[in-house]
Amino acid sequence: MTQSQYVFIESRDPFESTDTGFVADTAVTLRARGRAVAVFLLQNGVLATRTGAHGSQVSRLVAAGVPVLADDFSLRERGIEASELRDGVQEASIGTLVDLMLRPNTKAVWH
Amino acid sequence: MAEKTLTLALMDAPYESAASTTALRIIDAALAKGITVNVFAYEGAVCLTQKEQAPHANPVKGTTVEQEEHPTTKDLVAGIMRPGLTWVNCGLCVDERGAGNWIEGVKRGGPPDFFKMAVESSTTLVIPTR
Repeated sequence: MTQSQYVFIESRDPFESTDTGFVADTAVTLRARGRAVAVFLLQNGVLATRTGAHGSQVSRLVAAGVPVLADDFSLRERGIEASELRDGVQEASIGTLVDLMLRPNTKAVWH
Repeated sequence: MAEKTLTLALMDAPYESAASTTALRIIDAALAKGITVNVFAYEGAVCLTQKEQAPHANPVKGTTVEQEEHPTTKDLVAGIMRPGLTWVNCGLCVDERGAGNWIEGVKRGGPPDFFKMAVESSTTLVIPTR
């Protein structure tokens, strides 16, 4: 059976929505089971990329080996510089998200 | 290589959520890559393409319509409308809202259309309201 790949699109920040933890839990669990999974942060979701952001799930995702990408447009809108990003976060274009979603057997989940 | 198709279901009404802008960015980026895109606009999202939308002045700031350059979602959608994009508005949602006058290129449909789009697509993304 072909294994599915997953891309989670996180639009919420951990200060407004504590349920961002559920996305991280699911992504980390899938990764532990050997599934290809990525988390793409956009809109207020990118607020969690800042080094000083309390309650961020980003470091846990990176430590688990889950690629974490942040929408460059959303970062610019919020004045977040590359130097402020947590280790392991990759700045990415919306086109990169399209590429991730169009990988074979990929399930895209918006939160 | 098989043709790639992306289907999106949108639900947010105009001017309510950043997700509408994000959805339009995803659609535009996918089309630029030669990917076929289907959009199923559901609930308030059927108003994204409503033709009567008009930019407005801002009396608080004292700006005119021209100075304000207020973007409308119908113009934003019209700006990305091109071959490869199919945009379907849910007919039931349209009738509820009396929102049946659309920009060029928009079709009327229903949930069965969304089901067919999803089944036939490479990937489907549902962007719900909060």
